[in-house]
Order: sequence, then C-alpha cells, then structure tokens
Amino acid sequence: MKLRINGKTIDIDGEKSISKLLQEKSINPLHVVVEINTNIIVKELFGSTNLKENDAIEIIRFVGGG
Amino acid sequence: MNSPNNFSFDNVSERYFTPEQIKKTRNTRIGIAGAGGLGSNCAMNLVRCGFEKFVIVDFDNVEESNLNRQFYFLNQIGLPKVQALKESLLRINPAVSIKTYQLKLDKQNIGNIFASCTVIVEAFDTAGCKAMLAETFINSDKFVVCASGLAGFGDSDRIKVKKIRDNFFMIGDQTSEISAELKPLSPAVSIAAAKQADVILAWVLGR
Repeated sequence: MKLRINGKTIDIDGEKSISKLLQEKSINPLHVVVEINTNIIVKELFGSTNLKENDAIEIIRFVGGG
Repeated sequence: MNSPNNFSFDNVSERYFTPEQIKKTRNTRIGIAGAGGLGSNCAMNLVRCGFEKFVIVDFDNVEESNLNRQFYFLNQIGLPKVQALKESLLRINPAVSIKTYQLKLDKQNIGNIFASCTVIVEAFDTAGCKAMLAETFINSDKFVVCASGLAGFGDSDRIKVKKIRDNFFMIGDQTSEISAELKPLSPAVSIAAAKQADVILAWVLGR
C-alpha cells in the first residue's frame, strides 16, 4: 500500500504500526511527534495504531542540544 | 541622562516601537522551558524587546561549564539558574515580572505551570523533553517555538526557521545533535535562541 511520509510517497507491504515504522527507520519513539492526516498520535498509541492506504504521516524529529 | 532611580525601560522601547507595539509585547506572558543556552539567551533577547511577563522553569544550578554559551556570570556559579537569570533580566529592565520554578518539567506538571502563558519557548537540552513539550502543546492555543539541531560550528545559515503549523515553529538544522564531536557552542546556540525570540516578536507584533 502507498502512503506519504514527510511529503514522500512510499510503498509498504502489509500491516504496520507506527512503532514498527519508527523501529525500521531507527528512530527513537521518545524523540518524535507523529501526526497522521494532521491528527497527533500520542506515544501511548504508537504500538496500536496501524498505517492505512493513503495516510499522510508527518514525523517531527528532535535532536538534543540547548 | 536618566539616573538609575528614575529609569523606565519604556524610554528605551519608545525609541524602537510604537505605543501599540509596546502594549502587545508588555502584555504577552512567555513561558520558558529550560534556562540553559537557549532559554537564558532567548529570555535576554525578549526582555530587550520589551517583554515583561515570564514564567521560567529549570531544575539546575549554574556551573562553570555553562559560561561558554549561557547568559550567566562567574559570580552566579552555584545559584539556581532560574534565580540567576531572573537577577540578570532585572538588571536590564527592573519592571519585568518573572515567576520562577526550580523543578523538572514533565508530562504531568507542564500544562499547569505554563497555563497562563500565551507563548512557550522550548529550550530543553534533551530530545525526549523537546518531544514531550511539542506533543503537549502542538494542538493547544499557545504559540510554541522549539529548537532542534544547533551543535557545532560553521555554516551558521543551516540554523533555519521552519513553520510546522501556524502556532508551531522549529529553529535549527534538525540534525546536528550534541555529541562527543559536536559540542554546544555560543555562536550557533545564540543564533538559535535569537531566532526563537525573533519568531516570537514577529508573531506578537503581527497579532
């Protein structure tokens, strides 16, 4: 199925949760804010939220320093 | 010349801003989450622009190593950062009103502590705290300015202003994380802090 991540269209096979997607991208789930179709998904729901065809996913990623 | 006794920061602001603009900056309460390199320098910039109401939160004390980039002075080492910063900001404008909390912000307390603020400056050092603040306030009615990616030196034009939503901005190059090789240094950290202040000033004056 096709979906968009940060503006780029990608093709993925089968069901995938936000947790799995972040894991595959080696992104620490505690360091991001994730939005699907402009709705913020809280971290507690990363594991149980599956990505769907045509979803627009925005991953706002933070790095340390201040 | 004014003596310190009858000094009013209004005399400074009036040279640079209209009365209507001064009213806007003076009446906007700013929350600052973290008083390190970003928070201390951003607060200093905002006070110089005429902002007078602040809520400043940090759990830490001033250390020697902070003097490379943070708005603190040798004689403030050992003081709580919130106390030292408050004292320094009052030296610029004695009329500023600053509520300070020396504590660690978390998911449970952050909403209440910044409830009265219209604007929030994300000035944490860890990525986890930055994301926690962003997740808490991105859907709120507050104006939020985060910073991410400001380590090292060189190519300072990499430190950009990125609008995520009308009420949510990010400053930085999004990638330069503090590490053994990439240190937090005064020029890039100050640029990021000044850009946070500039985004806030533009938003407040544009309302």
